[in-house]
Amino acid sequence: MRYLPLTDIEREEIKKTIGIDDTKELFKSIPADKSYFDLSAIPPALSEPELIAAFKELGRKNSFQEYLSFLGAGAYAHFIPEVVSYLSAKGEFLTPYTPYQPEVSQGNLQAIFEYQTMMTMLTGLDVANASLYDGGTAAAEAVLLAVRKSGRQRVLLAESLHPEYIAIIRAYVQNLPIELVTVNLNKQDGRVDLRDLQTKLNGATAAFIFQSPNFLGLVEDSGALAIASHQQQVYAIQVVTEAMSLAYLRPAADFAVDIVVGEAQSFGLSLGFGGPYLGFMTAKEEFLRQMPGRIIGQTKDLDGKRGYVLTLSTREQHIKREKATSNICSNEAWCALRAGIYLATMGKEGLARAASSSHLNAAYFVKKVASLPHVKVVYKRNFYNEVLLEIKKGTASAFLAVLKKNKILAGVPLDWFYPDVTNRVLLAFSEVHSREDIDRLLRLMGECA
Amino acid sequence: MIQLPQLIFEISRNGKIGHGLGASKVPAEPALDSGQIRAEIADFPQVSEVEIVRHYMALARLNYSLDAGFYPLGSCTMKYNPKINEKLAAAEEFQAHPYAPHDLVQGNLELMIRLEDWLVALTGLAGFTLTPAAGAHGEFTGMLIIRKYLQEKGDPRRVVLIPDSAHGTNPASAHFAGYEIREIPSSAEGIIDVDGLRPYLNSDVAALMMTNPNTLGIFEKNILAIAAALHANGSLLYMDGANLNALLGVVRPGDLGVDVMHINLHKTFATPHGGGGPGSGPVGVAAHLLPYLPVPRVVKDGDKYGVIYDSPYTIGRIKNFYGQFLVIIRALAYLCSLGRENVRRVAEDAVLNANYIRKKLEGMLDLPYHTATLHEVVFSDKNLPVKTLDIAKRLLDYGFHPFTIYFPLIVHGAMMIEPTETESKETLDEFIAVMDKILQEAREQPELLRQAPQQTPLRRLDETLAARKPVLKWRKGENL
Repeated sequence: MRYLPLTDIEREEIKKTIGIDDTKELFKSIPADKSYFDLSAIPPALSEPELIAAFKELGRKNSFQEYLSFLGAGAYAHFIPEVVSYLSAKGEFLTPYTPYQPEVSQGNLQAIFEYQTMMTMLTGLDVANASLYDGGTAAAEAVLLAVRKSGRQRVLLAESLHPEYIAIIRAYVQNLPIELVTVNLNKQDGRVDLRDLQTKLNGATAAFIFQSPNFLGLVEDSGALAIASHQQQVYAIQVVTEAMSLAYLRPAADFAVDIVVGEAQSFGLSLGFGGPYLGFMTAKEEFLRQMPGRIIGQTKDLDGKRGYVLTLSTREQHIKREKATSNICSNEAWCALRAGIYLATMGKEGLARAASSSHLNAAYFVKKVASLPHVKVVYKRNFYNEVLLEIKKGTASAFLAVLKKNKILAGVPLDWFYPDVTNRVLLAFSEVHSREDIDRLLRLMGECA
Repeated sequence: MIQLPQLIFEISRNGKIGHGLGASKVPAEPALDSGQIRAEIADFPQVSEVEIVRHYMALARLNYSLDAGFYPLGSCTMKYNPKINEKLAAAEEFQAHPYAPHDLVQGNLELMIRLEDWLVALTGLAGFTLTPAAGAHGEFTGMLIIRKYLQEKGDPRRVVLIPDSAHGTNPASAHFAGYEIREIPSSAEGIIDVDGLRPYLNSDVAALMMTNPNTLGIFEKNILAIAAALHANGSLLYMDGANLNALLGVVRPGDLGVDVMHINLHKTFATPHGGGGPGSGPVGVAAHLLPYLPVPRVVKDGDKYGVIYDSPYTIGRIKNFYGQFLVIIRALAYLCSLGRENVRRVAEDAVLNANYIRKKLEGMLDLPYHTATLHEVVFSDKNLPVKTLDIAKRLLDYGFHPFTIYFPLIVHGAMMIEPTETESKETLDEFIAVMDKILQEAREQPELLRQAPQQTPLRRLDETLAARKPVLKWRKGENL
């Protein structure tokens, strides 16, 4: 077997050296009646050509790639320059362990230091960590961070957070003495109901966590939300599921938001059927010593040369055990490195172009779709690259089924998340869509009537 | 001498372009107010494509990697990452959107069920969730399952028992699941004995978290009696499967009384560590715990595959979408390549290699526990004129990545060595010869070790400075 370099002769030599006749002797501490179990239920080995054929066969059972897709809702198709795939696939980046030996890990350490810097530039906040698992778990970690920092146990959640994120936050805190309270959506404008927020904020509240652009695609009035929160010394946490929006919208720091967390899959990670993605966390400096996850810092070596190390590790589980700020160990280091390559490659101009193009495509769709009598854009203002569409007659699923027959996936039906909402669809736009793609979508929507 | 690269911000020049994106062809008519739109991002990189490639290639050269050489990190299972698996995971046809209609992603769903089937066959457990993102995430998931199960039975209990040799994630994971931690001392043999455990067992104990083989590389031979004692007490046995590589195809944890376990696809199943992730930490459970697994659950219904998003007893959702899908592809490809002919050989060769190193080094280094070991061995720095750290840094000069150091905590100056099955005997012999040489240097010129490394691009880095005055990002003119 090509992954097993020992020859039979070498196995014999090793056995002789360690003083055994039979390899089984090495396992004699295992209860004898349980060891060396019957392997016949396990499939036989595939040769490399057979393996390739088997996976081709599995791939053939997928047909998603044949469709023009407007799916978003937390995972977004963006163009990935080839150098990003080429460089990130290098074995030097893909096959090291966590950089516990900084003298031989400067490549990864510097790359992630650069990533941390770019994330702080995008949100405007002081510090970024080296990654968390994904947007949903990052949101949960942000809730725990705010609770730790404030010493308060009550957290307000915006109803317009991604439903999966709400579910993850609930799962994370289910056994902890943390009270979660939902802040309603204002159905008029699709954003947080400021009055409801003000009613629910109090001096026992640790944080208010909201998403912007929110799950319905709308840019929240972060300034008003942060001001209201701060009046009760409550931290304002912004969740971002579409990281591309960071390059187009006013940064959270302009609105005094305290923590920005979310999903950075949009920065060079393939859709990959949902993972691995990249949870990010940026915060004001005051949160630094309570933050979860790895953090890379600059230092000097014995000769005074600039270098980078994992730092502030006294927050972490391998030192603090149950008193650590998080249990996280393996994180999404390679995804962060890849996002860094993506951001550097796109650069100031390219990122701005992809980010504005995503919005302009959505705006073009909203303008054009107004002429179709059987559908209606629910919120015509404040959207970034996602648009909530109402189907006036029939259900969203029936509407989508017709478009699907024409090889178009015209958005995620909201009944996937809210079973009662049967007539709404969330469409996502990005720079991967050409004007012709959007015109085709509009034309076929027109024919659906 | 390797030139240290500048930061990407330092090579940036106004007007340089690294991307090839075309111009938008829709009208430039934003639907947002100008007050909602940001100004350009100050100091964001502007670098040409060729300079991007050179920058990252320069960084790549500064990294030690598994592709470059031996990586004997104990408990990390740094085994070779097969290249074909990378190609399969990158294939276009698997890169679907996670909310694609299920009939368009039948291949992806089938793939997940196939890996679950493999894991069930290898562990003897009743079912798996593939959603946890890493080992520690799997531990947390497992603890939530245990707590929910006990809660449904009327009392979630308060305490989780954890041996003193455990990885730090164990107590942290149990803590975030709402449990208090009680530490169990290891016996003189380096394992848990039933009599030592008994005083800790009472009606508050929800579970014992046991790494098996443990972090000393020793199989917990009392596991059947321990499981029986726990179960008689109404407590559950959680097995940390970080070291499953030692048992692959040899014994099924499900046959040993284990109720819940996580495994690390990035360890036992050869998916790349990526410099610290992404990992993947599937959790398997015995039959009585199946209803508590997190959602979503991929299910086979006739010849179609579907997904269940809610179930009455589930602990809920612990991660977005379906987990680390592209890692799952690599793990399945690895197992398909091994097949029944080779799975057991993985464990056997890993254990042979580790015992070969143990035999060769035990005359040179102090071996604190003489109990038989499986896939790894832990030495201490007792009676050495230098510290473990010095030996580790000197290994770098000889072109080897060091072993895990200062863990487990119960061994003074621990040196924890795990060669894995993917290293040749020739590599092991070179490593052993280098260790011999380093220990000779330690006796004759210890200062040489204290000054090590000399051959690396940078020498020892000042971690105290980094923590005391944190510089966590580049700022124009400030990172000199």
